Amino acid sequence: MESLTNTIKEVPLNHYILLCSIIFSIGVMGVLLRRNAIVIFMSVELMLNSVNLLLTAFSVYRGDASGQVFVFFIMALAAAEVAVGLAIIVMIYRNTNSIDINVLNRLKW
Amino acid sequence: MNTFYFIAFLSIFFSILVITAKNPVHSILYLVLTFFTFTIHYILLNAQFLAIVNFIVYMGAILVLFLYTLMLINLNKDSEPVKSNLVKIAAVIGGGCLLVTVVASLKALGVSDPVILKDPGLGLVKNLGKVLFNEFLLPFEISSLLLLSAMVGAVLLATKEPKSV
Repeated sequence: MESLTNTIKEVPLNHYILLCSIIFSIGVMGVLLRRNAIVIFMSVELMLNSVNLLLTAFSVYRGDASGQVFVFFIMALAAAEVAVGLAIIVMIYRNTNSIDINVLNRLKW
Repeated sequence: MNTFYFIAFLSIFFSILVITAKNPVHSILYLVLTFFTFTIHYILLNAQFLAIVNFIVYMGAILVLFLYTLMLINLNKDSEPVKSNLVKIAAVIGGGCLLVTVVASLKALGVSDPVILKDPGLGLVKNLGKVLFNEFLLPFEISSLLLLSAMVGAVLLATKEPKSV
């Protein structure tokens, strides 16, 4: 374990922010690109996870454990969100026989 | 030091594959790989509790839930109608603009101190448990309430309503 954690000793905080913002933008692109509701949902998960990683990096950088507790709460929240979201997607599929989000443009008002 | 860059490259590579894969099942499998690289990142940061939770909750529970839902939904005609090229280009440009803005503001901020593990026991279960059950006891209990209500909501949403009502 000691040697593993020594490997990040020289990584600047900048590079963590860069990595997480790249993955966050990939998630945003995924939301904009795809029409399959489940893949869009997965892109949202990707964005959530990149933010989690950044929170952990900051928590280690500042030496404060609250950041990691926060990440734990976000994970609990994500579990609840996924359960409700997938239930909604299943219901949409049952009503429209497709999970293409363009079918849902009748939800305008 | 090199390990971090290698793993970072892998996570970016797999997350690009997630949004470009044609088949949604492949997308989910690539997402599993992406989350695995995130677990390795947590281990490198010595956040062992979060690594385990990420491994069990995300890769074990959430993604299996995705996979089951995808298999319940019958997508055998590889159905997804593709968006027009114009929309695709606009999406990539929009995401790129977001990235450029964030990175440019990062340049203006100018933090480049290395991430040093000051307290090696920071992310261990012992330490996090003390913080969680002292300072964050009330949010912890409320999150259990949230999970319960989410479960009730999911069951309510996904059950078929009886025809005769």
